[in-house]
Amino acid sequence: MAFAAFATQAAPVEAAPRRRSRMALFLLLPGILYLVLFFLTPLISLLLTSLQAPREFGDIGQYDYAFNWQNYVTVIDDYLPHILRSFGYALAATVFALLFSYPLAYFIGVKARRWPLLQSLMLVLVIAPFFISFLLRTLAWKQILSDESVVITSLKALSLLAPDAHFTGTPVAVIFGLTYNFIPFMTLPLYSALERLDTRYLEAGSDLYAGPFTVFRKVTVPLSMPGIVAGTLLTFIPAAGDYINASRDFLGGPDTQMMGNVIEANFLVLLNYPAAAALSIILMAVILIMVSIYVKRSGTEDLL
Amino acid sequence: MRMPAGAFAERGADLELVGIQKRFPGFTAIENLDLTIPAGSFFALLGPSGCGKTTTLRLVAGLEEPTAGRILIGGADVTGQKPHQRPVNTVFQSYALFPHMSIIENVAFGLRRRRIPDPSGKAHEALRLVELDHLAQRKPQQLSGGQQQRVALARAIVNRPALLLLDEPLGALDLKLRRQMQLELKSIQEEVGLTFLHVTHDQEEAMTMADTVAVMNKGRIEQLGAPEQLYELPKTAFVANFLGQSNLFTGQVAGTTSEAISVDINGQPIIVALPRAHRHTGDVTIGVRPEKVSLHLDKPVTDAARNLVGPGRVIDVSFSGVSTQYLVAVPGVGTMVVFAQNMAFGPVAQEGTEVWLSWNIEHGFGLEDDPADVNAEAPKFPADTDTRSIAAQKRDALISELEEG
Ligand SMILES: Nc1ncnc2c1ncn2[C@@H]1O[C@H](COP(=O)(O)OP(=O)(O)OP(=O)(O)O)[C@@H](O)[C@H]1O
Ligand SMILES: [Mg+2]
Repeated sequence: MAFAAFATQAAPVEAAPRRRSRMALFLLLPGILYLVLFFLTPLISLLLTSLQAPREFGDIGQYDYAFNWQNYVTVIDDYLPHILRSFGYALAATVFALLFSYPLAYFIGVKARRWPLLQSLMLVLVIAPFFISFLLRTLAWKQILSDESVVITSLKALSLLAPDAHFTGTPVAVIFGLTYNFIPFMTLPLYSALERLDTRYLEAGSDLYAGPFTVFRKVTVPLSMPGIVAGTLLTFIPAAGDYINASRDFLGGPDTQMMGNVIEANFLVLLNYPAAAALSIILMAVILIMVSIYVKRSGTEDLL
Repeated sequence: MRMPAGAFAERGADLELVGIQKRFPGFTAIENLDLTIPAGSFFALLGPSGCGKTTTLRLVAGLEEPTAGRILIGGADVTGQKPHQRPVNTVFQSYALFPHMSIIENVAFGLRRRRIPDPSGKAHEALRLVELDHLAQRKPQQLSGGQQQRVALARAIVNRPALLLLDEPLGALDLKLRRQMQLELKSIQEEVGLTFLHVTHDQEEAMTMADTVAVMNKGRIEQLGAPEQLYELPKTAFVANFLGQSNLFTGQVAGTTSEAISVDINGQPIIVALPRAHRHTGDVTIGVRPEKVSLHLDKPVTDAARNLVGPGRVIDVSFSGVSTQYLVAVPGVGTMVVFAQNMAFGPVAQEGTEVWLSWNIEHGFGLEDDPADVNAEAPKFPADTDTRSIAAQKRDALISELEEG
């Protein structure tokens, strides 16, 4: 009797997941179609373009499909400094944004819990810059930091800056711009992780002889790791491909060009589509590799 | 007193709370608490939900700052010290196991912070003590509530602190495991001579384990003493009803001799031995424990050593295995509870039976409370089991069990 009861129970349990997975597939269909249409197809097209060869006796900007893998060698040869610069600037901006955002997010998410009004006010302030276009804000910084601006002239008057020093056009300015522009993308995921942080774990840590810094290192940071990973990815990935901040029209100069800028130049000015496509593929591949190593090492695979 | 790095406490430290007060915005959780717990003792803090037990422990651990007063551990003032500097560990009521660490890492956490040699070996040993060593590699979320509670216990005990604070550390365990852990705790405490401050709802646990029990109510300590003393001679109506059950009567002292007082309860004189009465004049509340009262089917001969009331009528009989509880309505005196051991099969009296009740005058007690407050301060939550009265005997059983093992 008892065994029979188990047997009749076991059968539907077996069948349910299969039925559910078919349902899940059906629900995923629109998403899959969307990805095929707007992600996979362009990606293949980009890959094919990156392997094109110039048309024989053709005009500038005329290319034929080929398997011209030397394009990759050429662009790496020509643009290695830009590639390295892109990841270097993005890394620096990510680190600065993290250093700036963590205390801010900790204050909003943990310290300000007792004052919900202050909490919401500060969150609004973090998001407020989004109400003004990214381009306008970056242009405004260019004005503020230009050689004739009040800020720079007063710094020079106070001898805090050499008389012939510039700020715009330097790597510092570009990294500053990147950091500034991506801070909300760092702060918001950090906030959402820290807001959920149960302070009883911190109390348990201090009860077990851990000083404030050890509690931070051993308890707070690991518990907010999902926020740290999400924030750094949301900052690093777009920052590595950014071409506004480093552009000569904004905060950059001739020596601060990043991959985004050379891709733009190859596509729009030099009409060298294969080179631009090859650079895009390289950017994507390097980001993919770096991100997967990073996620693996930080132990938050379930995020991806 | 600070934690020496790299070594365990050699023995327990005494704890002294001097004039402690704790006010939360708009709420006074603890008012003027003075408490001394001698080194090496097992001290139980007992009280109803929300009376300030957890708050007291948090103050001692340093997780909360007192509004007024001082805290001394081992004679040293620690009032201004941070939690990590105090030689204290806590078993939290909410466990607070680190979710990102395995069980073994949780237990070894305190050892590593203090650079105790062989942290993981000692952590495994502590886990074996709570019978969870086979789950050492799991994460806390993968454990049941009772298992998590035992890990919380291991994580605190492994540090052998001079003072261990236990906030209902056995609440989630079944009876058998609970008993086993009680024995385990008691033997650890006695072996090293540590000081335990044990908070519990469960009076039986408090009475069986502790050397000293303090009953707390609304942020104050109502009475403090050895378990038997607290049970046999409660000072307040709250204690009389919170620790087991009591029959309480209010009346005026009609006469006093050098040995006893006679209290007039609606014309019925009831005698209480003088040393067992806290008030000797005016309106008083007196009482007797239900198991001290004998039930008589015929009117017994008058005995100067016993109080006799009745006749009354049995209005309820409930059988609970070892004993039977009778509710007896006695005209003029009120409804009394009587526990009688089941010596014969089944109850000796049925509902409606006419009975007399008597008890030795040495078994009654007189409260310190002003009777005007007693009725106003009746506990909201009456005792939830009938077997409390046997707790003192269980304590003896536990002690003898310990000596055997
Ligand atoms: N942070 C706080 N702010 C305001 N009131 C608080 C705070 N913490 C505790 N209290 C109040 O203080 C009182 C005592 O709380 P405490 O946690 O010490 O109770 P307890 O005796 O441990 O109860 P339980 O047995 O239910 O755990 C409660 O009335 C509670 O509401
Ligand atoms: Mg509590």
